[in-house]
Amino acid sequence: MLRDITLGQYYQTDSVIHRLDPRVKLGGTILYIISLFFFENIFGYLVAAAFLAVVIALSRIPFKYIVKGMKAILFLLLITVIFNLFLTPGTPLVEFFGGRIRITYEGLKYAVFMAIRLSFLIVGSSIMTLTTTPNNLTDGMERMMRPLKLIRVPVHEITMMMSIALRFIPILLEETDKIMKAQMARGADFENGNLIRRAKAMVPLLVPLFISAIRRANDLAMAMEARCYRGGEGRTKMKPLIYQSRDRIAYLSLAIYLVCGIVVGRL
Amino acid sequence: MGIIQAMHVVYEYVRRDEEGNVEGSIRAVDDVNLDIAQGDFIAILGHNGSGKSTLAKHMNAILCPTEGTVWVDGKDTRQQEAVWDIRHSAGMVFQNPDNQIIGQVVEEDVGFGPENMGVPTREIWERVEESLKAVGMYQYRKHSPNKLSGGQKQRVSIAGVLAMHPKCIVLDEPTAMLDPNGRKEVIRAVRALNDVEGITIILITHYMEEIIHADKVFVMDQGKIAMQGTPREIFSQVERLKGLRLDVPQVTLLAWELKKQGIDLPDGILTAQELVEALHL
Repeated sequence: MLRDITLGQYYQTDSVIHRLDPRVKLGGTILYIISLFFFENIFGYLVAAAFLAVVIALSRIPFKYIVKGMKAILFLLLITVIFNLFLTPGTPLVEFFGGRIRITYEGLKYAVFMAIRLSFLIVGSSIMTLTTTPNNLTDGMERMMRPLKLIRVPVHEITMMMSIALRFIPILLEETDKIMKAQMARGADFENGNLIRRAKAMVPLLVPLFISAIRRANDLAMAMEARCYRGGEGRTKMKPLIYQSRDRIAYLSLAIYLVCGIVVGRL
Repeated sequence: MGIIQAMHVVYEYVRRDEEGNVEGSIRAVDDVNLDIAQGDFIAILGHNGSGKSTLAKHMNAILCPTEGTVWVDGKDTRQQEAVWDIRHSAGMVFQNPDNQIIGQVVEEDVGFGPENMGVPTREIWERVEESLKAVGMYQYRKHSPNKLSGGQKQRVSIAGVLAMHPKCIVLDEPTAMLDPNGRKEVIRAVRALNDVEGITIILITHYMEEIIHADKVFVMDQGKIAMQGTPREIFSQVERLKGLRLDVPQVTLLAWELKKQGIDLPDGILTAQELVEALHL
């Protein structure tokens, strides 16, 4: 049952977006998200929607697949819209219960904008994770965060930890499954009872899992040292990141989008 | 002097109680002397807790001896500045294949060692390709290690060490967690490395079948080297091996029992073929 969980889901196909340098995708996603919060009218969002549509078309990921990922945040979206709708002060449009609950013109506007922002934000960032392998992503992050080394942020170590964590997720999931079955074989019950009882049933699952994870970490550290690992200093890359012409074109399109968006969106 | 030399090596594990006070110590390795020549295939044998894994970790400078000295390729393992050279010339493969693969793709894992050594990108690719070909895993280079069998994973680990171009590879019970097929795969790969590339192999194991091709065998018991010699010399002492809680291969045992019943057979028969010939069948 735990096998169904997919993390950092990568959608395997071959497209221009897939082949882009991870730094372009990371930087692009961040800029795109920031841009969404700068627009003040509906035209800015039309530009953002058009840009997103072009990227989705280029990425060759079925639109249905992306929408499926949206289900998870539907609840969050709903709450945001309701709060904005009812709690923003301003010119009232409709009043209920003698004015105690009202929908204002500003509230309606913010609710719509917030819904658009959030859904574009989710779609935009999911395109990044769908088109980039976790490895590529951590590589890109390492390169982009390199300036932070000057203020003593252990950039290499952080990204190394991330990629090791990603490597061990399937292994630990498999192990959890095994422990769960072993406990169930001896009469443990993980499915019935109220929330507290089910949480309590997790304890005998977590203890062996933690012990095993620590043991694995110890083994892995030894294996890494045996293979001459000594941090990021003096390390070369098997797959170095080098910008291609398509990456330059991508940066240029991003800049054009930003200029158009800001001109139209803040008229 | 050989590639690995150990003189009067002692290693003590310090045991502590809950407050961290020293309760006592266990001598895991006790006065061991070894001299391993370049290009040899060495097997170290012993039951659980005989100190064989502890000894193995000395050959890669993961552990330093409490007393005595270990030289790897002429360098003392206690010298801090020599540690990376030592780990470069003596690679190590561990027991659990899952816990020593770092990459999420086979080729990336094999490239990990050369990356750490600062090898230029183009050469890394060459080394990865030749190492994967040497262990017969080249067609799996784009696969995720999670999708491979135990024997295949262990071969990837060996390729990862091989890509560092070591003079010697220490394998610490590489087959203990594998099924019989995986065990055969790994041993075949290891023997090929020794025959074709001339890499010194130190195989630590408790499977008797794996050592019959070794040039020299050391049997460990309670931290000491209890027996040493060629596989034939070792296996001709069936009584002694039984005393050390070790099994001999079935064929050797059968020949030994037959001999006890008065059939004229030479000592230390290792394979079924030899037994057939000795019995004039």
